Amino acid sequence: MNVTRGFTGRPRVRNDGLPPGQYDAGDDWPVLSAEVTPDLTPAEWTFTVDGLVAEPRTWTWDEAHALPPSAYEGDIHCVTSWSKFGVRFGGVSLDAFLDAVRPAPEATHVVAYSHTGYTTNLPLADVTGGRAWIVWEYGDGPLPAEHGGPARLIVPHLYFWKSAKWIAGLRLLDHDEPGFWEQNGYHHRGNPWEEQRYSGD
Amino acid sequence: MSVTDSTPSAGFTPPTRFAVPGRIAVSNRAAATWQRATLTEVRRETPHAATFRFAVPDWEGHLPGQHLMLRLRAGDGYVAQRHYSIASPPDDTGHIELTLDHVDGGEVSGWFHTVAKPGDEVEVRGPLSGFFAWPGDRPALLVGAGSGVVPLMSMVRHHRARGLSVPLRLLVSARGPEELIYASEYGAETAPVFTRTAPEGVPVGRVSAAHVAALLADRPEGGWEAYVCGSNGFAEHASRLLVDAGQPVDRIRIERFG
Repeated sequence: MNVTRGFTGRPRVRNDGLPPGQYDAGDDWPVLSAEVTPDLTPAEWTFTVDGLVAEPRTWTWDEAHALPPSAYEGDIHCVTSWSKFGVRFGGVSLDAFLDAVRPAPEATHVVAYSHTGYTTNLPLADVTGGRAWIVWEYGDGPLPAEHGGPARLIVPHLYFWKSAKWIAGLRLLDHDEPGFWEQNGYHHRGNPWEEQRYSGD
Repeated sequence: MSVTDSTPSAGFTPPTRFAVPGRIAVSNRAAATWQRATLTEVRRETPHAATFRFAVPDWEGHLPGQHLMLRLRAGDGYVAQRHYSIASPPDDTGHIELTLDHVDGGEVSGWFHTVAKPGDEVEVRGPLSGFFAWPGDRPALLVGAGSGVVPLMSMVRHHRARGLSVPLRLLVSARGPEELIYASEYGAETAPVFTRTAPEGVPVGRVSAAHVAALLADRPEGGWEAYVCGSNGFAEHASRLLVDAGQPVDRIRIERFG
């Protein structure tokens, strides 16, 4: 790529936590959902794990909160180029839910889906081993509705469109099935460190 | 590109209805390939917004509502990239237009508004994403604020250029008449709303239930497809008004700045 005449850009900040092509959004946390923010109360919220599992199961708000608490503290990266540093999300590790349903040996992928009908696909390996959470706290407070409250999935090592808001469930599959953005041209995995934004990247 | 009403794969469908199915199958090749775009013209729209016209010889075409990614490179290799909606309608001129706000401290929009001149080259990839695209088939309600009107204007221009008979209405919110982008282009399809200052005799205020009720009046067969674009605050406000007025949630597509 050629140098753009007269372009200098913002002051350079050395930041080893910033993946290629990303900038630090600072205190901003843009909302980019493509659908209407749903009116969903904790009492109405449920989370289901089914598909290729030994015991499919649905958790209510209270049942999910009875699982061992776990928090993510670190950074998040959005495909639209902003990253946000030092955030805290509190909830339960996805491993706690998966341990309860016992995935079948042939399960390789999941489709995560929202109470709005939003979907996103993930390799099972990306949501196990302490790499994914179901969260209902942001900072010290409840997760705001426009950011996915009452509860969302977070998979912070991938671009944030994988972290489905208003999470309703996971279905385990023996193959990869593209979700909403993935059918709209986005990358199937979305690793920010390899800049996997669009299909073909 | 082809128009589709269903999701491309017949695979897993969540138990809730799919809120926002994509409107078109998108080209993965176009999304993945950076192309050179040469600035050919700059037109001022408002004190804070201008339209930038580019020659993109290998542009494969887009639908109204789609966006692209644009990048600039500094001498030390630093690259800044942003998503921008396409303002021009699909045509065969080999040109596309973007309308950009001059964002406070914005490194990319700042370059466009203070440095760029015809002959400068940038790089673009796209068109990207199908969910906000409008192929010109369904009756369309367009609701935008500020530069959120940009992808909606591509739809209005497409509607006119093709002489389409399908109903289309635009509700556009601006701080005042001097901040209304494309002010001279609007016709009977458009209702402007002014939030800070308005011409003599025109009320000042944000988009209201009354505006939305007028927008939704005379429901066409098959109902409206609503497209909302603007800041997150505006998108939340406008989409709630649409839902309250009876517009189905799965017929509301939202594009938020960020």
